Amino acid sequence: MGTVESTSTLTPSGRSITVSLPGWPGNIAGQHVDVRLTAPDGYQAVRSYSIASVGPAELVELAVDKLPTGEVSPYLVDDVQPGDMLELRGPLGGWFVWKPEQTGPVQLIAGGSGVVPLVSMVRSHTASGSDAPFRMLYSVRTPDDVFYREELAGSGVQVDYVYTRAVPAGWPTGPGRLTKDRLAASVFPVSETPAFFVCGPTAFVEAVATWLVELGYPAETIKTERFGG
Amino acid sequence: MTIFTRGFSGRGRDNNPDLPPGQYLTEDFPVLSAGPTPEIATEDWQFTISTETKRYSWTWEQFMALPIEEVGTDIHCVTRWSKLGTSWRGVSLDTLFADVDTSYEFTMAHSYGGYTTNVPLEDLLDGKAWIAFEFDGEPLHPEHGGPARLLVPHLYFWKSAKWVRGLEMLPQDEPGFWEQNGYHMYGDPWQEERYW
Ligand SMILES: Cc1cc2nc3c(=O)[nH]c(=O)nc-3n(C[C@H](O)[C@H](O)[C@H](O)COP(=O)(O)OP(=O)(O)OC[C@H]3O[C@@H](n4cnc5c(N)ncnc54)[C@H](O)[C@@H]3O)c2cc1C
Repeated sequence: MGTVESTSTLTPSGRSITVSLPGWPGNIAGQHVDVRLTAPDGYQAVRSYSIASVGPAELVELAVDKLPTGEVSPYLVDDVQPGDMLELRGPLGGWFVWKPEQTGPVQLIAGGSGVVPLVSMVRSHTASGSDAPFRMLYSVRTPDDVFYREELAGSGVQVDYVYTRAVPAGWPTGPGRLTKDRLAASVFPVSETPAFFVCGPTAFVEAVATWLVELGYPAETIKTERFGG
Repeated sequence: MTIFTRGFSGRGRDNNPDLPPGQYLTEDFPVLSAGPTPEIATEDWQFTISTETKRYSWTWEQFMALPIEEVGTDIHCVTRWSKLGTSWRGVSLDTLFADVDTSYEFTMAHSYGGYTTNVPLEDLLDGKAWIAFEFDGEPLHPEHGGPARLLVPHLYFWKSAKWVRGLEMLPQDEPGFWEQNGYHMYGDPWQEERYW
């Protein structure tokens, strides 16, 4: 059980929430928590959210994108206030994680809010002073929908953006979904044997992972996390 | 003690006795996998059961010649969606184990792509589990584990190993892939056995 410490608007539909959790054991980059909400009549709804923060601190940061028709995400984005109690369970997941001991190149690929666990990997990379080469490909609806843009820009990790609905002024191409060719051109080559972390809506992850295998990357180097949808 | 969430009223009241605790109903068929979807041609497909002494195996053709059952069942994913009344076709594990001789009581399911999950043998027998190759009247899509997946609907759905290629008999219970990564050894949805 935690207390909401602060919230911060990230995008028109996205917000980060920092929860103070006394006794929290800390987390490694890529893990998630289950958030449980309880209505006055005892009805409960639980959803998983990746942890954007990393390390031993007892402050846990989540970043949530609102699905307008959703049950839980609109509450977390529009209604939660500092001082509210939130029930969190975790850290969960031991597979979709990056640890600073891993020294090989890492290619992060995000679709929408799937960037959240990847941001925690970038933070872990920075905090540990790792020299593992990191690169990110980030597919997002419009420039306004980018989570943590400034922080990513300042991290030293090269981030390639794909805008699916609207592009910034002067952008070389029009909006459009990620294609296999674009993917091939934006990730570490096969010869560098990168480890992949692909996260986002199920259809996005499915397409990207299939293309990566077709492009010759070994399936066992590709870790995926599907957010649903 | 229950702590109410200020300002949260919730939407769905899935007051459905068929829904295990903490699950919600979905009409879609979401996907939980740890990596890319393997593509396996039925010509290359094989299913094996290996025991302390012997290896039993079936090609796709041999497998399709076995008695096929229609299965109507509810499925419950650890990520909290449930689908009620799904329809499958497959071969019962009772059929596959009919001539198998083993004194071991645990199994490890192995999949194309390298995934594993552990299931006690008694949870696979007596009409409780199938190797399914059809969902909703269509060949099982690779994304959902085609050409064939294990179907053990009374446990959380990660136990229903996608792209299954065999069962290994074990003298004692050992954790499979998801179990080593934080999921429960047994996984009963009615007891909410999600995580360790
Ligand atoms: C391991 C894991 C980590 C996650 N981390 C994050 C995170 O860091 N930030 C975040 O914003 N979300 C994250 N999600 C997604 C999150 O758990 C919820 O699914 C999401 O917030 C929607 O919940 P809801 O109650 O608002 O919508 P619901 O009421 O559950 O769903 C409304 C409708 O939207 C569809 N839907 C559900 N999820 C999605 C989706 N992701 N995209 C498109 N359509 C969808 C459903 O099929 C349903 O029809 C994560 C999911 C998983 C499994």
